[in-house]
Amino acid sequence: MTVVHTLPPAPDVGGPAEPLLKVEGLTKHFPVRGTGFFAPKLVARAVDGITFSIAKGETLGVVGESGCGKSTTARLLMRLIEPDSGSMIFDGELVGGELSLRDLRRRMQMVFQDSYASLNPRLTIADSLAFAPVVHGIPHGEAMAAAADLLEQVGLDSATVLGRYPHQLSGGQRQRINIARALALHPRLVILDEAVSALDKSVEAQVLNLLVDLKRSFDLTYIFISHDLNVVHYIADRAMVMYLGKIVELGPVDRIYAAPAHPYTRALFSARLSSDPERRTVAVAIEGDPPNPINPPSGCRFRTRCPMAAEVCAAHEPAAIDLGFGHSVACHLHDPASGHAEARAHV
Amino acid sequence: MSDPTPLLSVTGLNVAFQTPRGTAQAVNGIDFTLARGEVLCLLGESGSGKSVTLRALMRLLPEQRSRISGRVTIAGEDLYGLPERRVEDLRGKVVSMVFQEPMLALDPVYTIGAQIAETIVRHERVSKAEAGRRALELLEKVQIPSAKRRLEAYPHEMSGGMRQRAMIALALACNPAILLADEPTTALDATVQMQVLLLLRRLQAETGMAVIMVTHDIGVAAETADRVAVMYAGRIVEQGTAAQVLKTPQHPYATGLFASTVHAGLKDRRLDAIPGAPPDLTALPPGCAFAPRCARRREACDVGQPPKIRMADAREVLCVDAVAAG
Ligand SMILES: Nc1ncnc2c1ncn2[C@@H]1O[C@H](COP(=O)(O)OP(=O)(O)O)[C@@H](O)[C@H]1O
Ligand SMILES: Nc1ncnc2c1ncn2[C@@H]1O[C@H](COP(=O)(O)OP(=O)(O)O)[C@@H](O)[C@H]1O
Ligand SMILES: [Mg+2]
Ligand SMILES: [Mg+2]
Repeated sequence: MTVVHTLPPAPDVGGPAEPLLKVEGLTKHFPVRGTGFFAPKLVARAVDGITFSIAKGETLGVVGESGCGKSTTARLLMRLIEPDSGSMIFDGELVGGELSLRDLRRRMQMVFQDSYASLNPRLTIADSLAFAPVVHGIPHGEAMAAAADLLEQVGLDSATVLGRYPHQLSGGQRQRINIARALALHPRLVILDEAVSALDKSVEAQVLNLLVDLKRSFDLTYIFISHDLNVVHYIADRAMVMYLGKIVELGPVDRIYAAPAHPYTRALFSARLSSDPERRTVAVAIEGDPPNPINPPSGCRFRTRCPMAAEVCAAHEPAAIDLGFGHSVACHLHDPASGHAEARAHV
Repeated sequence: MSDPTPLLSVTGLNVAFQTPRGTAQAVNGIDFTLARGEVLCLLGESGSGKSVTLRALMRLLPEQRSRISGRVTIAGEDLYGLPERRVEDLRGKVVSMVFQEPMLALDPVYTIGAQIAETIVRHERVSKAEAGRRALELLEKVQIPSAKRRLEAYPHEMSGGMRQRAMIALALACNPAILLADEPTTALDATVQMQVLLLLRRLQAETGMAVIMVTHDIGVAAETADRVAVMYAGRIVEQGTAAQVLKTPQHPYATGLFASTVHAGLKDRRLDAIPGAPPDLTALPPGCAFAPRCARRREACDVGQPPKIRMADAREVLCVDAVAAG
């Protein structure tokens, strides 16, 4: 595969040991109105103080039930919305400080679930793909040539696709175009927010193969958000499990999938469907729907659905405990000093 | 299962729609039967004709714009030979349906209790009080917490999982012999999906109703089906027991679908994706509709429709390569 860059890839500022992205205490609360005129103002704690980092060249999978804050996290990282607090350091440079938002958006791009809503219906595919490069100062002719090249890179025939409009293409083709568009500025980090979730399985497999190829040829780092635990296992190096605006567990996928440490992760994993009709699931792991982040429970937010909940879980919010091998969990059960009767140390 | 006549049988069902782009051949000659108490899964990707098939079984397709042929027999009655009034009696009482989107079945302006009671009164000559009692029983049966209070709730006041349960309660109000379920858990979170699937499985076992479960998800089929029919471009390309079809699929499309579904054990391996895309239903090829994407395509595939071959293990496969029972 040959790659034609019209924009040079952003330089590797901090070297291989510097994380590509360091996020500290990122928080976003949304004001929401209750129903009725005198209803009190409420806040949805959509993302509530999350800290993590991502290494160059890795794929971080993000999982959790709907409403746990995955998309809000993605939009915060892209700075499509302003965080209430917290900081972001991209390759050693403070975002909003040394690194301007404009430069951040060249380095970080996003692909959404809805392939249609993400494309301007009145622009041809060629114009959609050339738009951002032209804004960033690439001459129109060169941007058009690059658009054709990008289409080939994502497995589409540029001659037939360039002049088309989004509605003339299938969902799978549109998602390939959204991926091409995300790559047009040669970013270093691509956030994929349920990017394959709406696709049929046979098309999803094609796009996953494509993402693996592009990661190599464009030297990318991915944040891969998905509700599909099998797909995250397949594509990610590390997984981050979220519950009601918090990170509850973070670590290498091989470790988390082999031995999930948080009771929520265990519940989530045991809700995976069997693919063997002779070995069906016999019991549900947790009851009830995921609660919403307005007035979340005190202490550990999962305690209202947790089979292991004890008094301490309501009194204190658990801090992240290091389990070794880059695996961490926010649960009193893993902290012998927590006062949870069943807590045990991990050595 | 001593009664040899199936509860439902479908023979040569075809459904075509007039569209601005031409005639879309959504369902193209499918045959299947459903025994009492059996769970059949229609498994296929979007556009393969699953929902159209289900709606044909309820006679719910728009008569002006669709052309339907073939035969559907439900409990011994020829569905398309019945007057509309008799079909209305059948709906809800003999055949009932649940959807992916509960608001397709629930009326936003009536409470859950009122809707269920109204359905019972419409189909059975019982008093309002009796219907109200049955409504409460149904909400308890679908495990809605504080069922008594929930009778008074409007659909929008419930969470997604609770609305799904309420819709199931409504569908079961008159003890139908057949439940048609169109991707009832697709929009739900994994944890809630599992709750609803286990609920459906338990209700099926308790009532002995037959179920046709439509899904694009192999996992849903594995968790629920006795038998599986894989659909592609409006045809059933493979049909057999759940274990046969899900564990040793024979049709190249079925094999491809399983190979492209990500599961544990594939990490760091390239996915065996099916190339290409499903055909345009307004321009189906004269031969096998899957042939353009099939690695085993040969001349015979493009000549005419592939034969339906009954294999030694009694499954049926629509492919020239399938080996017939000796
Ligand atoms: N613009 C907004 N205004 C108010 N609440 C919001 C807004 N965006 C998201 N939320 C709320 O924040 C929570 C997290 O949402 P989201 O990040 O979309 O979750 P996920 O992507 O994990 O499903 C949800 O409860 C959602 O309703
Ligand atoms: N009322 C309709 N008018 C025209 N085309 C229709 C209509 N209903 C369904 N179709 C078409 O029939 C095909 C099969 O649809 P459907 O049964 O809904 O697929 P699925 O397997 O995803 O449930 C699709 O191409 C769809 O666009
Ligand atoms: Mg989201
Ligand atoms: Mg459908």
